[in-house]
Amino acid sequence: MAAALRKAMSFNSKTARWVNAWLLLSPAAVLMVAFTHFPIVGGFFASFFSTARPGRPSRFVGVENYTSMLNDPVFWQVLGNNFFYALGTIPLSVSLALLMAVWVNGRFRGRAVVRAAYFTPTILPMIAVANIWLFFYTPQIGLLDKIRSLFGLASHSWLGDPGTALACLMVLAVWKDAGFFMIFYLAALQAIPPELEEAAVIEGAGRWYFFRRITVPLLMPTTLFVVVNATIHSFKLVDHIFILTKGGPDNASSLLLYYIYEVAFSFWDTAYASTLTVVLLAILGALAVGQFAYLEKRVHYR
Amino acid sequence: MKQKWMRVLGGLVLAVVLGATAASAAVELNMYYPVAVGGPITKIIDDMIAEFEKTHPAIKVKAVYAGNYDDTRVKALAALKANQPVQLSVLFSIDLFELMDQDVIVPFDDLATSAEDKQWLSSFYPALMQNSKAKGKIWGIPFQRSTIVMYHNKEAFKEAGLDPNKPPATWKEMAEMGQKLTKKDASGNVTRWGVLIPSTGYPYWMFQAFCIQNGRELMNQDGNQTYFDRPEVVEALQYWRDLAAKYKVMPEGTVEWGTLRQKFLEGATAIMWHTTGNLTAVREGAKFDFGVSMLPANKRRGSPTGGGNFYIFKKASAEERQASLQFIKFMTSPEMTARWSMATGYVATSPAAYKTATLEKYIADFPAAAVARDQFEYSVAELSVHENARVKKFLDDAIQSVLTGAKSPQDALSGAQQQAERVLKSYR
Repeated sequence: MAAALRKAMSFNSKTARWVNAWLLLSPAAVLMVAFTHFPIVGGFFASFFSTARPGRPSRFVGVENYTSMLNDPVFWQVLGNNFFYALGTIPLSVSLALLMAVWVNGRFRGRAVVRAAYFTPTILPMIAVANIWLFFYTPQIGLLDKIRSLFGLASHSWLGDPGTALACLMVLAVWKDAGFFMIFYLAALQAIPPELEEAAVIEGAGRWYFFRRITVPLLMPTTLFVVVNATIHSFKLVDHIFILTKGGPDNASSLLLYYIYEVAFSFWDTAYASTLTVVLLAILGALAVGQFAYLEKRVHYR
Repeated sequence: MKQKWMRVLGGLVLAVVLGATAASAAVELNMYYPVAVGGPITKIIDDMIAEFEKTHPAIKVKAVYAGNYDDTRVKALAALKANQPVQLSVLFSIDLFELMDQDVIVPFDDLATSAEDKQWLSSFYPALMQNSKAKGKIWGIPFQRSTIVMYHNKEAFKEAGLDPNKPPATWKEMAEMGQKLTKKDASGNVTRWGVLIPSTGYPYWMFQAFCIQNGRELMNQDGNQTYFDRPEVVEALQYWRDLAAKYKVMPEGTVEWGTLRQKFLEGATAIMWHTTGNLTAVREGAKFDFGVSMLPANKRRGSPTGGGNFYIFKKASAEERQASLQFIKFMTSPEMTARWSMATGYVATSPAAYKTATLEKYIADFPAAAVARDQFEYSVAELSVHENARVKKFLDDAIQSVLTGAKSPQDALSGAQQQAERVLKSYR
């Protein structure tokens, strides 16, 4: 009798724990499944079907979308562009963020103003900012060319030259992101105990040595977080392209996500857009796994 | 007691029902609207809508401003697919085939059936109706319509020793005058270009003007065949490229559509090609005397028409369709059209509008406002084919690759033609 009761109770409390856990998980899980996992699976399936056109309903085409993607020169171009874009923006915005954070962590007059100034680009909407930069880059009458003309340099069509259009987007992205990443570094810097610096001073360590051997290693977890974010940004932040170049000239400044948008909503080729999305997801997934697996090991100061 | 409650309840239900019918008596219309040029376009449209609502109290119209033509099409179609209430829109005139393929619009012939309506349908300039007709029906009503015109800075002409009232009338003259108008500073840097023709935003549109002038249209009437690789077309692109590469009257690379007006106003170019939709904004912003003329000719004169038409969507109920029709008729009445044309520079879409006293007087003071109308005689339909956005992009990319010096006109255009063929052959 007593044993049976105990059993029932333990079953009940076990069930209760289960129910409790699932109740706690469900709000987030429902949202994730509905808006993240289901679309991913749906997109994956859609990439094996053709786009429905009038009189030609969607049908199973196997890997045809993938083979035509491999034969699509624009796909390769935007992929290459995205690679350069990531390579250019990530190291630059992260190192600039660290530099700014170290500077505004020090004590000096007007520190609050400088901190606010560095953070301002982050709070401005990308579309508004891109419209301002559009006029910076405008040949002849833009800020950039006005400055160059002071030095007797010829005007240049910054956004109209395939050689410079992508770089112009990169500069804007670095300017916009660096302040955002700075905030994380600033918080991490303030968490470093001051005793370490005092000890280092007593030991006679120079400032550069201290920065290199103490500060940077202690900031590694933050760096991992910031680098992951910067990588994601370089693939998913394309708002400025809409304003500055629309991907032109001749796709020179188009990125993968912008191309997906064009294919999906301008050409209404949803099947091909799904195919490209699957590729984008695969790239991001591989990068995330790689970053965590590789860096996680070396991230914590031991 | 129970009976009393029933009476109260019955009264409540009745009140709710009556209230609902009273509210539904006002038809609510949502309209997406594209803004392609600077200036207070949204305010002008909102004012016109307010006037309409004053005279038609049973209809409420809400305009949603959704970016340029491409953005607006994307948003309107997305709204329709998501079952959002959108009853009518102004969308690109050249989106016709795409909208028909998606089966979202209704022909006006089915709605405008009275004798008066029929007359209204035939009141517009034929040049503007070319992009409205397909399968023997009328699907779009011209409203925010334009052609490309040439703006020139008269003071720059005087400075270069040219007659300010004689803008170039041929390709040859444009290149020659452009060279005289291009100004350099002591170190050899250009401070003022001879000619700027925008090649972002709508490159195919400007290019179509060159092609028409060279005696070639870019597509067939059924919208399932393009002629990108014809010799006249290649020649036209070569001339555009030569303006920068050979004659040096235009900078290397592409010229931005959105900032060009500002550059003209600041004297950074002596001549620009742009939409008439910019006319009023240029007039208000120019601190110098400027002229407006038809585009120069090669084998002939010519410009494509451009801009947006009213469309009514299939999803709208019969009542909403009729309300939309009333609204569109109001907006395209001669008086409203005249007012719209004066406020923006877009062409008035009917001859009757040019006969209104206000517009006649306006043109007498400001003859530039009549240039676009006069150019109708030489105008042809804008590039419009099935899967228009995609085919247009092939051509846009080809044009930009030539203007940036990456490809030869022949290579680029043959490539674009092949790509267009692949898409369009299934529509024949």
